[in-house]
Amino acid sequence: MSDASINASTPREDEASFGDYFSLLKPRVMSLVVFTAFVGLLAAPVGVHPVIGFCAVLFIAIGGGASGALNMWWDADIDRVMKRTKSRPIPAGKVEAGEALSLGLALSGLSVIMLALATNVLAGAFLAFTIFFYVVVYTMWLKRATPQNIVIGGAAGAFPPVIGWIAATGTMSVEPWLMFALTFMWTPPHFWALALFMRSDYDDAGVPMLTVTHGRRSTRVHILVYTILLAVLAVGTAFSGIGGPIYLAVALVMNALFLLGAWKIFRRDEDNSEADNFKAERGFFKLSLLYLFLHFGAILVEASLKPYGLGGW
Amino acid sequence: MALNKEHDLHKRRFGRNMGVGLLLGSFVVLVLALTMVKVTSNGFQFPQEQGVQD
Repeated sequence: MSDASINASTPREDEASFGDYFSLLKPRVMSLVVFTAFVGLLAAPVGVHPVIGFCAVLFIAIGGGASGALNMWWDADIDRVMKRTKSRPIPAGKVEAGEALSLGLALSGLSVIMLALATNVLAGAFLAFTIFFYVVVYTMWLKRATPQNIVIGGAAGAFPPVIGWIAATGTMSVEPWLMFALTFMWTPPHFWALALFMRSDYDDAGVPMLTVTHGRRSTRVHILVYTILLAVLAVGTAFSGIGGPIYLAVALVMNALFLLGAWKIFRRDEDNSEADNFKAERGFFKLSLLYLFLHFGAILVEASLKPYGLGGW
Repeated sequence: MALNKEHDLHKRRFGRNMGVGLLLGSFVVLVLALTMVKVTSNGFQFPQEQGVQD
């Protein structure tokens, strides 16, 4: 027996628990994927058997989780540097990078095949494309290459409602792409606000976030511009097939608050922000989570009321 | 490294094995349920038998 085989069979005191493997799947991101895919599925104008609907959301979530594991495998080096990510299972030394790769690949294959079998091939193909986009286009290519990483990478997080819709209908239409656009336009201001108050993290890791490449003033301007565009889109969606009076009321209130938050961030300089420990930026980040949840929640309510002759216009 | 019966490592391994076991069991139940739904749905058709060519 060689030394290597002795070492390989020696139990490690810090062996990973089940929870460590589960956290490779980024459960918090997965919860967003589950929710938006569920809304996409229910907003579709066709009924889906509950078991098939459950399977669709589950396999979309597993596909999202697999992307997360592959992202952690590739980004293990920068995760070690950033405060926000250094307790993740790979940088913490609990899980080997190769294990994350194996888990990510296995779950990617399983989720795509099972979604295609449970619903339709188009949905499976879209899930495969989403995983490819997040892992290869965003994580491997754009994240370390361009300050527009968040903008383009945001598309990966915006696909789940489209996949949910396709899983139900087997076809494409305008409405799921409005949900896609909502998440796509929401992602940049959400992450740029985070980058403003997690100031040294991205600098230390050498990730070309807008705050690093174009400066913090430019980031504040970008947040405001994207928030204005998002507000137009979000309110305009109220007059589409997935909108209605409830959605319109939610969109008007939330976009007014979001625009106010972006305006405050735009007006502040670094001295103001440091004086109150980035209160406005932190508040805007928290509001952004509620913003997306309430918009999709309103779409869900409108869709749920339609069978009773309510909901929609 | 000395391992006794109470070592935390055993608990973690038990938890991991239990987790994997439950996941596999749930997956089997899910595939069974999915098959039942597909087979009993109105649109289900058995594949046509291949005819023997003359």
